[in-house]
Amino acid sequence: MPADLSVSLWRGAKDGRYETYSVPRRESQTVLDVVTFVQRHIDPTLSYRFACRVGVCGSCAMTVNGKPRWTCRTHVSKVAGSGRLEIGPLENLTVIKDLATDMEPFFEKWQQAQGVFAPSRTRYDAIEQIRPDSPARRAADAAIECINCGVCYAACDTVRWNNDYLGPAALTRAWTLVNDERDASNTARLQAVSAAGGCHACHSHQSCQELCPQTLNPTASIAGLKRRTAAAYLKGEIKI
Amino acid sequence: MNVRLYVWQRATAALMAPLVLVHIAVIFYATRHGMSAADILSRTSGSAAWAAFYGLFVAAVSVHASIGVRNILSEWSPLKDRGSGALAIAFGLLLAVLGARAIFAVVLS
Amino acid sequence: MTARIGHRSDPLWIAAMIHRLSGLALAIFLPLHFLALGLAIDGEARLESFLRWSDQPWVKASEGGLVFLLTVHMLGGLRVLVIENFDWRDGQKQLATLAAAVSAIVAFIFLVRVF
Repeated sequence: MPADLSVSLWRGAKDGRYETYSVPRRESQTVLDVVTFVQRHIDPTLSYRFACRVGVCGSCAMTVNGKPRWTCRTHVSKVAGSGRLEIGPLENLTVIKDLATDMEPFFEKWQQAQGVFAPSRTRYDAIEQIRPDSPARRAADAAIECINCGVCYAACDTVRWNNDYLGPAALTRAWTLVNDERDASNTARLQAVSAAGGCHACHSHQSCQELCPQTLNPTASIAGLKRRTAAAYLKGEIKI
Repeated sequence: MNVRLYVWQRATAALMAPLVLVHIAVIFYATRHGMSAADILSRTSGSAAWAAFYGLFVAAVSVHASIGVRNILSEWSPLKDRGSGALAIAFGLLLAVLGARAIFAVVLS
Repeated sequence: MTARIGHRSDPLWIAAMIHRLSGLALAIFLPLHFLALGLAIDGEARLESFLRWSDQPWVKASEGGLVFLLTVHMLGGLRVLVIENFDWRDGQKQLATLAAAVSAIVAFIFLVRVF
């Protein structure tokens, strides 16, 4: 095994290029360790994002050898078999600089999908009893652990091909709220995900489900939205 | 793609699944010993059943292929929704007209 | 930045791409198919001469290809309908690969019978 890794990092913005660095190999090294080494010991002008370093915040997502992943949870030994790594910013988002992207469209689409809870009671009403084992709550719980890391959005080819497409994360959050019995805004939410760029644009490539670091299944959540919106449309509850 | 187009596309897809199976069976049967035009036309001529079967098939495929083409155009070509929609409708009409003509050709002429 | 293969080597991504491309190919073929059948308007002899033209080996081989495209497109479409309308199931990659294999077998049987 070579003592050094050959690491290509994206430098610049959209019109940038890959630059190659030599990084010493260490045991149990993660890709985030590699990027950090370059910034601390070789080139302090490298820009990248991270926070927790332990796989709970989602800030360190980058494209590693062609796949979007959390760099703090990607062991170099698993991805750099031949001693080479290529690390770029997440796809489908505008590059600000080097490995940092502009996440604003990702969060904008969250709002457009109405991925926001709309209360149906006030503090003066009795607390609504929600059974944790009801089918709706189970469906919501299975999809709720999204931490907005953007990996699914970066992986999705429909996002790549269709600027209007709201994307797997926004639609997954909409699905959890559609299943939330306390929510008061479901008709409007189903309407929001039924326009162009809504859930029906999904082609079930399943890249999102394959790559989600939280092992969520946006394809299944979106399929659920397709069923609910189709039923609502056929009943005349939503219009196109 | 929106909910209306989605419902039409999935509905025509589900409708066509059994029609495709029958059609594949017809293909295998017709190509078995190289059926001649006379063999084929003697079976289809004047047949309300074949007209109904393929009439349904042509109607469904015109809708289904049109929406599919619309998706491909809006995702893979520089056209946006309006342009893709217009071309797709034109394509759907083309299929419907040519398909109806083909059914007329083998059933009524 | 150029598009990388990355996750696009996954069997289910490939299945979705085959589904789209087979649909496109069938959409291009269909008007030609309808025009060929429409030759019967000019009489049985006209259709007959077309059918005999289509006996050529390269045409028959292409027809085998079309049978493959039709079968694989239908099976891929059934995959999508199942994902969208029924509970999630595992084993989809194996089913997708099986669908492609079944389509190839159907096309192969067609070719064997016509040659």
